[in-house]
Amino acid sequence: MTILRVSGLTKRFGATEVLRGIDLEVARGERIAILGASGSGKSTLLRCLNFMERPGGGTIALDGQMLGREGRAGERIYRENELIQVRQRVGMVFQQFNLFPHMTAIGNVMEGLRTVRGMPKPEAEARARKELARVGLAEKADTYPAHLSGGQKQRVAIARALAMDPEMLLFDEPTSALDPELVGEVLAVILALAEEGRTMLLVTHELGFAYHVATRIIFLADGAIHEQGTPDEVLKNPKKERTRAFLASHRQFSF
Amino acid sequence: MAYQWDFSPVLANAPLLAQGLANTLKVTGTALVCGVALGLVLALLRLSPRRFLSWPAGFVIEVFRTTPPLVQLFWFFFALPILVGIEMTPFVAGAVTFSIQSASFFAEVFRAGIQSIERGQWDGARAIGMRHDQALRRIILPQAVKRMIPAFMERAIELMKTTTLIATISYADLLFAANEVSQKTFRPLETYTVVALIYFVVIFLASQVARLVELRLARSGESTVH
Repeated sequence: MTILRVSGLTKRFGATEVLRGIDLEVARGERIAILGASGSGKSTLLRCLNFMERPGGGTIALDGQMLGREGRAGERIYRENELIQVRQRVGMVFQQFNLFPHMTAIGNVMEGLRTVRGMPKPEAEARARKELARVGLAEKADTYPAHLSGGQKQRVAIARALAMDPEMLLFDEPTSALDPELVGEVLAVILALAEEGRTMLLVTHELGFAYHVATRIIFLADGAIHEQGTPDEVLKNPKKERTRAFLASHRQFSF
Repeated sequence: MAYQWDFSPVLANAPLLAQGLANTLKVTGTALVCGVALGLVLALLRLSPRRFLSWPAGFVIEVFRTTPPLVQLFWFFFALPILVGIEMTPFVAGAVTFSIQSASFFAEVFRAGIQSIERGQWDGARAIGMRHDQALRRIILPQAVKRMIPAFMERAIELMKTTTLIATISYADLLFAANEVSQKTFRPLETYTVVALIYFVVIFLASQVARLVELRLARSGESTVH
């Protein structure tokens, strides 16, 4: 069952063509790891999927529902209200966490429920506590982000995304800003979500983790899907030269 | 020859000065409240991607930042009534002038504060489905305002000092009262010394209160570091 269908997605920043026609179909429960060198367009692709960036061209359908309407020149016109709905259904976790520093951990998790959903405070608080417990941070509920470690901050950010009951989760390099010893706790949380059968797209540089958690690997190069397949196919037996070169450079110092 | 200081004639007129101070605070307070509110509106308009909103806001801000406040006051008090036929009392003319004038400066303080918040905060707010105005109100402004307090205080002090201009259109503020007392007592040195002291005490106290607020915000466990 397809949850997301992307056709001919393009995006340019000024003169730079970042995405050159991405076609992608995501089935419910699929876990897709997106790999690629920096500048390959992987973050932009992810950010287009929940409209943090407006796609330049192409279409995106969520749950069979084509988003936006066609304008006169064939371009797609999106209403902000529609995109706000989409963002509530497609959660996102960022490299830099983007927690709200003036709110406690539980305040961060409650914020969407209170402000966006208009949920009464006791209810939102109970829900937020549940999500914090899920990421193992029940006892940090009243701590401000400044007093949390990077790994704890990222787990709060994941709880914040989960509180909105998203149908799909986007992870944009969730461990790239972390000290090496803190990566594990965040990956463990993501793995637990994977085991629940959640649909997720993950941009990452952790090849080993991608291999274990993903059901499909997509290798992006120059804003296009260069190669894709199961983790075994892409990571162990890459067919394309650039995929091989990318993997080799990442394994240069493995032991 | 040593000057013989004598404050008693000035102190005998204390009620007059007190009334003047009350009027100064009234003008300052009115202009502060209106100026901050209008300043926020102007800042939001100026930050709008829509040019028909940002351009007029920018125009108002620049005009009021680049013309002398005394000219603005005279324009509102003497010129505007000719144009629209509405007579303004000195208080209203002063309140209007100083509100818009300070708003144009507060707008720049707000704009700088809002723009100092990193893009990731907007991202975090949008990613949970917030509308632009919700993100602004719940996420961006609370952080921006905290960073703005020193600049905001600077403008508020500037505003209180600027209101002395209202004496020129015969509004009985503290400076106007001082002129009166000075002429009545023939003691300009003592009078203006006392008046300077009053301004110093009021503004100094206000800035101390602002510093306390700043410290309390910094100590409440929150931090803009993340």
